Amino acid sequence: MSRILPIAFNTYREAVRDRVLYNLIVFALLIVGSALLFGQISISIERIVLINMGLTSISIFGIVISIFIGIGLVWKEIERRTLYTVLAHPVRRWEFIFGKYLGLVGTLTFNAVLMAIGFFAALVYLSHAFSRPDLYILVALYFILLQFLIMTAVALLYSTYSSPLLSSIFAFSTFVIGTFSEDLHNFAAGAHGLAKWMMTGVAYIIPNFSSLNVISQVAHGAPVAGALVLHNSVYAITYSLVLLLCAAAVFENRNFK
Amino acid sequence: MLALEIENLSKTYSVGFWKKRPRCVLKPLNLSVQEGEVFGYLGPNGAGKTTTLKILMGLVYPTTGTARILGHSIDRPEAKLNVGFSPEQPYFYDHLTALELLEYYGQLSGIAACDRSRRAVATLERVGLKDVDRLQLRKFSKGMLQRVSLAQAILHDPKFLFLDEPMSGLDPVGRREVRDLMQELKDEGKTIFFSTHILSDAEVLCDRVAVLNKGELRGVGVVRELLHQSEKNVEILWHGNVAGPELERLGAKIRSSGEMTQAVLPHEKLDAALDLLRKNNARIESVNPVRSSLEDFFLQNVDADPRPTEMEAARP
Repeated sequence: MSRILPIAFNTYREAVRDRVLYNLIVFALLIVGSALLFGQISISIERIVLINMGLTSISIFGIVISIFIGIGLVWKEIERRTLYTVLAHPVRRWEFIFGKYLGLVGTLTFNAVLMAIGFFAALVYLSHAFSRPDLYILVALYFILLQFLIMTAVALLYSTYSSPLLSSIFAFSTFVIGTFSEDLHNFAAGAHGLAKWMMTGVAYIIPNFSSLNVISQVAHGAPVAGALVLHNSVYAITYSLVLLLCAAAVFENRNFK
Repeated sequence: MLALEIENLSKTYSVGFWKKRPRCVLKPLNLSVQEGEVFGYLGPNGAGKTTTLKILMGLVYPTTGTARILGHSIDRPEAKLNVGFSPEQPYFYDHLTALELLEYYGQLSGIAACDRSRRAVATLERVGLKDVDRLQLRKFSKGMLQRVSLAQAILHDPKFLFLDEPMSGLDPVGRREVRDLMQELKDEGKTIFFSTHILSDAEVLCDRVAVLNKGELRGVGVVRELLHQSEKNVEILWHGNVAGPELERLGAKIRSSGEMTQAVLPHEKLDAALDLLRKNNARIESVNPVRSSLEDFFLQNVDADPRPTEMEAARP
């Protein structure tokens, strides 16, 4: 841990000193703010519009940041040769991977908290008070963080062996397919023979982002089951850990010519 | 005690997209460096110097062989505990200041938190960067980055330094300062293994040198002995161009420029050569022992074997 944390902090520091990141956060906050305007033209559903738009923008911008920073996490270090001096210290390669991962997850959490503060400010402005169903918004935010955990691990894995362009294409594709994961399961259930096997395989391999999306549910004030929280937590942590171990294995075998 | 032991270390890459073919960049290398020694690793571009250093630093895996640094196998993290490394053409995190960078490397090296800042400041002062310690590295020149690289290599006071072209990118003043710093480190008893193209620096600093060419070790020697060996030759300079062919028969290398002729020949032939010149009424300008440089040793070894290497043979 003594070497993972400095690497994580350096990754975090690199990200927060990048102006692109702030542009994205400001843009996300603007969208949250604009949800208030959209709400006003949608009589009696202002709150639903605000929660839907607010949480979706926090999720989408976080995913965009995780992909854009994640795909360069390792590649940039190799390309710019900053990695050489790091690995010349008593740092194991897997420690480097885990440090980079934790650094980006920390950055995303920090950003999500910033955006969530803006979102809750807008919600208070609209509702003038918090009610019990608003607690479920916190659960939705927690699920968004779980999405970041997985997406960062996906981007990091691609970053260990591929160029940023290819990695971004792979990562975005993974996210889009993962968003329709439930549909894939449904298609697989209705298919036969080889197609069934293939679709079931893909549905299980691709990260399941559908079950991590409860935005619409909480926007309508519906509760989120405790079992789902537990299931999603275990799923996201296990899935990310497996991807990280794969990334570490790929990275472990690389020659830095 | 041996600080570095290299046994049969080699590296072959597979190149090509469809049809893979081997490309040997380092032929089995055997080398050892004594503790406290300054060892120069010389060779032209593409000789395999950087590959050797990358293998030793765990950045590239060897195809065959092993190496031990201060008694630890290079595949163990302990091997790097007492090692500092400065890569060729170093580049660091743009967003950090020099001080932040050194504090970061201090953490990776396991320097205690209470000691880290003090050491970072002292090291930056040592490499002449104290005035710019709070400037972001994106604003640093190539020469300044080279100094930062040296600073991070010596920050944790390692026993063994691996420096890949430490003088590259430096102006004459900077080169002199780095050379002085290396001399100080040598005086402190550090072992230094450095690759360089600048032979005069190697000549001044190194106890021993190795010459590598086309991935193959061509020679290893003690610098003082190599230079002493070359003093066996003598140079005669005289006016006009008389007696050239006769001196050539004595084994002299003759070169004429303008009104002067120069002959370089073995010391034991000096009397015979002088007799010949006097017999031809030549006006002798000077007679000097030839103190050839490390460059001669380098060129001798680099040009010694024109056989194609596996590296060349593998090319289509």
